[in-house]
Amino acid sequence: MPVEFRKDLFADERDDNLTEIGKPHIRQDILGHVTGRSPFYDDHLFDGLLHMRCVRSPHHHARVRSVDASSAERMPGVVRVIRPSDVPVNMNTLLALLDFGRDDEPLLTPDKVSYRGEPVLAVIATSERAARAAVAEVRVEWEELPFVLDVEEALAPGAPTVNQTYPNNTFDYHERYDHQKLRFGDVEAAFASADHIVEGEYQMSPIEQAPLETCGAIAAPETNDRIVCYTSTQALFFSVAVAAKQTGLASSRLHFIGGTVGGGFGGKVDSHHEPLAILGTLLTGRPVKYMWDRAEEMQVGAPRGGERWRLKDGVMHDGRIVARSLTGFFDAGAYTRLSSYAVQKATGHLPGPYTIANVASNVYCVYTNRTPSTAMRGFGITGVDFAIECHMDKVAETVGIDPIELRILNAYRDGDMKAHRRQAKNCALIESCQVVAGKSGWTLSQDAMAQSSLTGGGVGWRAEIPQTVTDQTGRIGERRRSGAPADPFAEAGQRASVPAGTANEHPATGNAPQRDDMVIEAERLGFKVATGGPAGAGPTSAGPAGASPGAPLPRVAEHEQDRPVSAPNAMPRASGGPSLPPGAAAPAERAPQPRHDPLPQRDPPAPASSPPTAAPAPPPPVQNAAPPQVPDGPRPPRRPGVSRFISGPRGRR
Amino acid sequence: MKTPVTFSLNGAEAAAFADPGQNLLDLLRRGLGDLSPKYGCGQGTCGTCTVLIDGAPHLSCLVLAETVQGRHVETTSGLAHGPDLHALQTAFIQGFAAQCGYCTPGMLMAAKALLDRNPSPTREEIIDAISGNLCRCTGYEPIVEAILAASRAPRHSGAI
Repeated sequence: MPVEFRKDLFADERDDNLTEIGKPHIRQDILGHVTGRSPFYDDHLFDGLLHMRCVRSPHHHARVRSVDASSAERMPGVVRVIRPSDVPVNMNTLLALLDFGRDDEPLLTPDKVSYRGEPVLAVIATSERAARAAVAEVRVEWEELPFVLDVEEALAPGAPTVNQTYPNNTFDYHERYDHQKLRFGDVEAAFASADHIVEGEYQMSPIEQAPLETCGAIAAPETNDRIVCYTSTQALFFSVAVAAKQTGLASSRLHFIGGTVGGGFGGKVDSHHEPLAILGTLLTGRPVKYMWDRAEEMQVGAPRGGERWRLKDGVMHDGRIVARSLTGFFDAGAYTRLSSYAVQKATGHLPGPYTIANVASNVYCVYTNRTPSTAMRGFGITGVDFAIECHMDKVAETVGIDPIELRILNAYRDGDMKAHRRQAKNCALIESCQVVAGKSGWTLSQDAMAQSSLTGGGVGWRAEIPQTVTDQTGRIGERRRSGAPADPFAEAGQRASVPAGTANEHPATGNAPQRDDMVIEAERLGFKVATGGPAGAGPTSAGPAGASPGAPLPRVAEHEQDRPVSAPNAMPRASGGPSLPPGAAAPAERAPQPRHDPLPQRDPPAPASSPPTAAPAPPPPVQNAAPPQVPDGPRPPRRPGVSRFISGPRGRR
Repeated sequence: MKTPVTFSLNGAEAAAFADPGQNLLDLLRRGLGDLSPKYGCGQGTCGTCTVLIDGAPHLSCLVLAETVQGRHVETTSGLAHGPDLHALQTAFIQGFAAQCGYCTPGMLMAAKALLDRNPSPTREEIIDAISGNLCRCTGYEPIVEAILAASRAPRHSGAI
C-alpha cells in the first residue's frame, strides 16, 4: 500500500527526503516468521521441563481463610507447591521502578483476594495435565466479601475497600489529593458567560489486548550460578528489575532473553510470569514454564481499563469553546500497576488538540474488584480522545456548525499555550482536517480551508498562562467520608487563585520557555554546564558528567525557593525555536510572586543559591554558583535487588 | 501407557511416542522438536496450530496425536525446499504480510491447502480459506494480497 506524502505542508520546516520511510522494506525478522523459526519464548526445548499453574480466586473479593494443598502435593507428577510465604519479596508495584506509588500487589496472595483470578498458590508438576489436576485438588476456604465493580460506586461512602494499601479506593496523588487536578483559567466564570453549555458522559469498556501468543516465561538454571529466563514480555528491563526485586536475586544473576513477542499491544508489561518461573527454578533446580492458557489470558490478563468521562463545554454562538471541564475515572481494577501513570498521561493530554482559555479536570485512578488494568495502545489517552471527539460532534450539533469546521476553529496552533503550561508546536490538526475533508468529499467553507496551524497562534490570550482559580477539594479520604461530588468545582466552597504567568513550579521543569527538540537544557535541569570547551566550539552543555570529572552528580533542587528564578532571555537560544512572544512578560521582569500554597511547609527550605547573571543573548552565562544543595531529609527506602536507574532523590514529597 | 506413532512429516519418516490424550500440536512441538505450529488457544478457535494432514488443514490442538498414524503431515518447517522458499513465503516477505509473526505458520498452511487444490483462487476464496486463522496485527489485507500474489508465482521461486 503506497504511502502518500504531503510534503507541500510545512515544506520549509525540514529536509525530509526520506530514504527509508515510505519505501518497501523487508522486516529483519520476517524470514523467521515465514519459516516458523522466530524464537518465541515457548520455542525452546528443555529436558526435565516442569509446568506451573496457579490456584485462582473464583470470587471478585474474598478473604482467604485457609489453603490446604496437602492432597495436591501428594498427586503424581507434583514436584513443588509455592506459597505466598515462599516469595522473598511478595509485595510490589510496577512503578516501584520509578519510586512512584506504594507496593500494593502480592505475587501470590496470602490473605485477601480482590479480583476474580487472583492467584493464591502455584503448583509445579511434571506435565501441564498433572499441574491442572493438582490445582483442582487444592482446597481453599474463601470468605466472600462485598465487591464493587463500578468506579463511582467505589468512590461512594460505604463502598468496600478494594485495595488495603489505598483504603479510599483511589490512588493518592502527591500525598494530597484523591485525584489529579488540572486547573487553567476560570471555568466557572467562562461557563457563566457562555452562550451554550454542552454536557456529555462517555463510557469505555475494558478492552482485552488478546495477543495470539499468551503471556508466559520459562526459567532454567544455568551452570554459572545464573538463571536464564525466556519471556514474552514487551518490557525486558521492567521484567528483569521486578524479578530481581521479588526473588531477592541480584540482577547480575539473571539472564533474560526476550524481544520476540507474539503480539503485545501493551498487555505484556506487568512482569508477573518471570518472578514466578524463576522462583520455581530456584525451588526445584529445574526448568519451569509458567504459561497462561487462553482462558487466563482473557480473564486474568490485564486489559486496558474501562474509563468514564464527563465533559462540560462552554461554547459561544460562533462555535468557540471558551471553557472545558472534564471528570475522568480510570478503572484500575484491584491493583495500581500503571494506572496511576495513565491518569497523569491523560491529564497532560487535556483538553485535547484545541486551544481553550479555561480548562479544569479531575481525573481519578479508582480501585474496583475488576481485573487489574494495564497499558494498551495509546495508553492513557485513547479513552479520553474517544470522549473528546464524541463531545466535539455533540457541540457541533448543538451550536449548528459543521463538525470539522468546529474542530478547525478551535484547533491549537503553533505558539498557543496549552492547559498544562507548555506551548504547542508542530501542530497539524488543521491540515489533517482539511486533507481528510478533501479526500472524503466533505466540503468545507473557504474560511476553514484557509486556516493554518502556522498562523493565528501564540498571540494575545492564546499565548498566556491566565490567572487560574484553584481549589483544595478532594483531599485524600475526604470524598469517602462525605460523598462529595467528583467533578471540578462541583462544590461551592473555597477557591484560591494562582497569578497569571505561573507555570508548573516543579524544579525539574522550571518555568523557562521551551527550546527546540533534542537540545539539552542542562542548566534548567540542575546540571553543570561545561565552562569553555574545545577551542572554537560554541556553547556546550555537558550532561550529567558535569565540568569536572569525578565530581559528584549534581542534585536537583527539591523546592521552588531553591531554584534561581531564571529569566527566559538568559537561556541560550537555540536556532529559531518557538519562544514566548516578545510582548509577553518574562517571569524575571516581575518581582517573584509568592507561590500560592495555604499549607504549611513540611520540609525546611534549603539554602538558596545565588541566581545566575542574566545575559541577554548567547553565549550562555557561565554557571559559577555551586549547584543547589538538597536538604537532608527522609529518602525513600532503598529497594533490595533493584538497581537505581536514576540518581538523586525523586518522587513523593 | 505411551502409543507409538509413525507418520510422514514434511516428506520424511517420523516416529514418536504419544501420551494418552496428547494432541498433535504437543507431539510435534515437544515430541519431535518441530516448533513451527503454535499454541494460541488450545480450543480450536484461533488457527495458529493449523497443520495439513493428507493435504487438508486441521487444528492440531484438537487432533489426537495417535490418529496421524500412517498419514502425511505437513507443517511450515517443510514449506521451503532446501534454500528455495515456497512462493507463499516469498509473497509474505515481500508483501509485509506478518508483524509479530505468531499467526504466520497457521496462515501459511491454510493458504497452502487452498493453493494446492485451487491454484487460481478468487479473493473471496482466499478469505474463506483463512477464515479460521486469527491475526491481531495486520488487519488481514496484506495477508490476502500476499496469497493472491503467490497464486500467480511459480511454486518455489527461491529468491526473497
